Amino acid sequence: MRQFLAFVKKEFRHIFRDRRTLLILFGMPVAQVMIFGFALNNEVENAGVAIFDMSMDYESTLLINHIDVSSYFFVDRTCRNIECIEDAFRTNTARLGIVIPADFGSKLWRGENPAIKIIGDASDPNQAQVLTTYAKAIIQSHLAERASVTIELPILRSTSRMVFNPELKAVYMFVPGIMGFILLLVSAMMTSLTIAREKELGTMELLLVSPLRSAHIIFGKVAPYWLLSFVNAIIIVLLGIVVFDTPMNGSVVLLTMSCLLFSLTALALGIFISARSSSQMTAMLISMMGLLLPTILLSGFIFPIENMPVVLQVVSNVIPAKWFIILIKGLMIKGSGINMLWKPFAILLFITVLLSIAAIRNVKPRLES
Amino acid sequence: MKEHPAISANNLTRKFGSFIATNAISFEVKKGEIFGFLGANGAGKTTAMRMLCGLLAPTSGSATVAGYDVASYPEKVKQHIGYMSQKFSLYEDLTVKENFLFYGGVYGLRRKEILLRLNDMLKRLDLVHALNTRVGELPLGWKQKLSFSLAMLHQPEIIFLDEPTGGVDPITRRKFWDLIYEAAHQGVTIFVTTHYMDEAEYCDRVSIMVNGVIEALDSPENLRSKYQAETMDAVFQELARGTITL
Amino acid sequence: MRNIGKSYKEVIALNDISFDVADGELFGLIGPDGAGKTTLFRILCTLIVPDQGEARVRGLDVVEDFRSIRKSIGYMPGRFSLYQDLTVQENLEFFATIFGTTIEQNYHLVRDIYTQLEPFKQRLAGDLSGGMKQKLALCCALIHKPEVLFLDEPTTGVDAVSRKEFWQMLKRLKKDGLAILVSTPYMDEAALCDRIALMQNGRILDINTPQKISEEFVGVLYAVKSSRVYDLLIALRAHPLVLSCYAFGEYLHVTLAKSEDSKELESHLQNQGFSDLKIHLVTPGIENVFMQLLQQTDEK
Repeated sequence: MRQFLAFVKKEFRHIFRDRRTLLILFGMPVAQVMIFGFALNNEVENAGVAIFDMSMDYESTLLINHIDVSSYFFVDRTCRNIECIEDAFRTNTARLGIVIPADFGSKLWRGENPAIKIIGDASDPNQAQVLTTYAKAIIQSHLAERASVTIELPILRSTSRMVFNPELKAVYMFVPGIMGFILLLVSAMMTSLTIAREKELGTMELLLVSPLRSAHIIFGKVAPYWLLSFVNAIIIVLLGIVVFDTPMNGSVVLLTMSCLLFSLTALALGIFISARSSSQMTAMLISMMGLLLPTILLSGFIFPIENMPVVLQVVSNVIPAKWFIILIKGLMIKGSGINMLWKPFAILLFITVLLSIAAIRNVKPRLES
Repeated sequence: MKEHPAISANNLTRKFGSFIATNAISFEVKKGEIFGFLGANGAGKTTAMRMLCGLLAPTSGSATVAGYDVASYPEKVKQHIGYMSQKFSLYEDLTVKENFLFYGGVYGLRRKEILLRLNDMLKRLDLVHALNTRVGELPLGWKQKLSFSLAMLHQPEIIFLDEPTGGVDPITRRKFWDLIYEAAHQGVTIFVTTHYMDEAEYCDRVSIMVNGVIEALDSPENLRSKYQAETMDAVFQELARGTITL
Repeated sequence: MRNIGKSYKEVIALNDISFDVADGELFGLIGPDGAGKTTLFRILCTLIVPDQGEARVRGLDVVEDFRSIRKSIGYMPGRFSLYQDLTVQENLEFFATIFGTTIEQNYHLVRDIYTQLEPFKQRLAGDLSGGMKQKLALCCALIHKPEVLFLDEPTTGVDAVSRKEFWQMLKRLKKDGLAILVSTPYMDEAALCDRIALMQNGRILDINTPQKISEEFVGVLYAVKSSRVYDLLIALRAHPLVLSCYAFGEYLHVTLAKSEDSKELESHLQNQGFSDLKIHLVTPGIENVFMQLLQQTDEK
């Protein structure tokens, strides 16, 4: 035990004496949350709309006004032909086009559903999607309002309502994503780097020659980073709550457990990588290419998994961060309990156990010859 | 070009913060001379050598190498010197030929000329068969000879050797010195550092640095008689003992 | 069993190596880089497994009983392998603790060496000079009171003065009964060992005491000197009676088959215009023998 503590103490000294490590450990999470929270914001705010109004009647004017006063859109121009909308897209002044049919008012008065066409600028498909959804919501609520005024009979209408995150705040999505990313970075990359560093320096030889067992060395390396990842997770959650008003609807105990479990997954990955690489350079490259990129791309952090080709959807199942993000979203935003979330938790646990076995098998009490 | 000493250092000083690595050293190396540059670890050898190679600017004082001031014309200096260190300057994953073509190209030599000189050198070293072998597969002794040849490829006036014979067997070490003698015989100036004291004896003149200053500079023979020592090792021990404090 | 027996056989990197080291013996492995010294050390320190043959340290097999061996050996790898970002004291403390001991408990073992380091104990190991780093590494290898000490090229790249000091320390340690296995590329250090093994290309060329090895020299050795060193070297090598000729300190060392040949050589050289010629008989050293052995294996 004393040996183990000495090892942990040494590890902390390494961490606290190296400014770069400290910066990565604590600067990174804060910077990431801020960047994703403020800069890479794909919320809709005052997007320009080009409207081609063919009916030019009282009802269409009401609709246009409704769109214009909403905080999401402003009417950039009213058009007389369809080309005018395209022009607006080209000059980047409008990001959405709406075509109101000539029979808009009369249909509404007859109690029919007028066919409004919404045109999105698909040069940015994600945004076009979001804008279209917003526009639909506004138009539908307007129609519903008008319909109740114009005719007595209630008509069947479909509305969509955004639940859990009614303002579609993107930052809510990013907080779980960043947590996954940072925990992976800190745990996997940093551990693999420090072990590779010992190999590079030749100190690994000395450690192996000592009576320390491989398990001592591994847990001595893992413990400090486990603690630090946990501290990081707390920092990210607090930042999310305090700065971005992310809700925290679920159980704190479950959240803690998920974070600890995922750090462990990442640590096992880190040890696995370091056992396979002899220099810091290799360890770095493997962590970057083999871990961070797939995590960013395939975990659902930035790109929704449902929109991916089937092959990638299948591949995404082995990315531990995917399950972690599902867990955290469920916990923080939806406030789900373990009865809803046992499945991703179990899958994550399973992956962790597999990885740990692989990692421990790959660490040998001797140098590779 | 008019006659000038190969190397001339004048109160050459370099400070790192408050630490004085080399303290106002002055010396001259004649053309075609084998000059041994000795000193304990941390005595300032490497710093001095880097300044002479134009890699590090002096804090004060000056030095000319091949007639060029190292502070004002480091690029000119580099054109006229060759450098070889214990760590090999050859790329392990390239063949001998590719290495030479690369370095020759760096010094602006034409392909034809490089191959001509390389062929010549390999013949003399008896290594012609190694032309298309990857450097990584060659034995240490060969690599060292090739590194030396590489440093000589652009026919420099002065060649700097930083512990060129570390870790090789005694025969290879001797053979390496044969190369040095041969080069000196052709008029190339040799500036060499070493931890082998018997190698100090092979030099025409030897300087011994202690704590950033040159404590002694003379031919090995004169140094031995001055310090009444039988070997250069004894001279070195006498001068450097008790001075290593760091 | 107080004796440590090690015999070992392998292909490629190491070829059929066998030897024994006794307690209180300073055993030197002498050979250039690539001779296989480091591989041998790693096998004996249980870091790698031999392909063939077996090795025992303190009667324990390096493959089967590697855990017990690790408790009783001290190892100093070829490169400086301590934590550069920890201080002198922190390094020593760390190595003491992982071996389950404390500095206080075994201070007497390292006192002589550590007193020289003590003024710098708060300094980071990375900021020490070469000689000091070497001393610290030795302290760290000694702090758990090992019975066998493995030192892989402890003096490479260290200046002549620090090297001498280091060997004096080894002598003192030997007196305490430690078995020490040390490797070095410096021939002058070979004479300081009790017994040495000359190694080249994974083979042991010869094992004996330095004295006996010096006596194995075949032929007679002369030291020749002239102010025109390079011309002299060429002239000597061209002469049919000269078996070998190499620079050796201020002299050239010339091997001849018998001493009568020297007269003839001297007159030949004088005829060639070497007027300031000095020639005299010398006793061959380990380096001469090693060079002769190397030459013989080359010819084979």
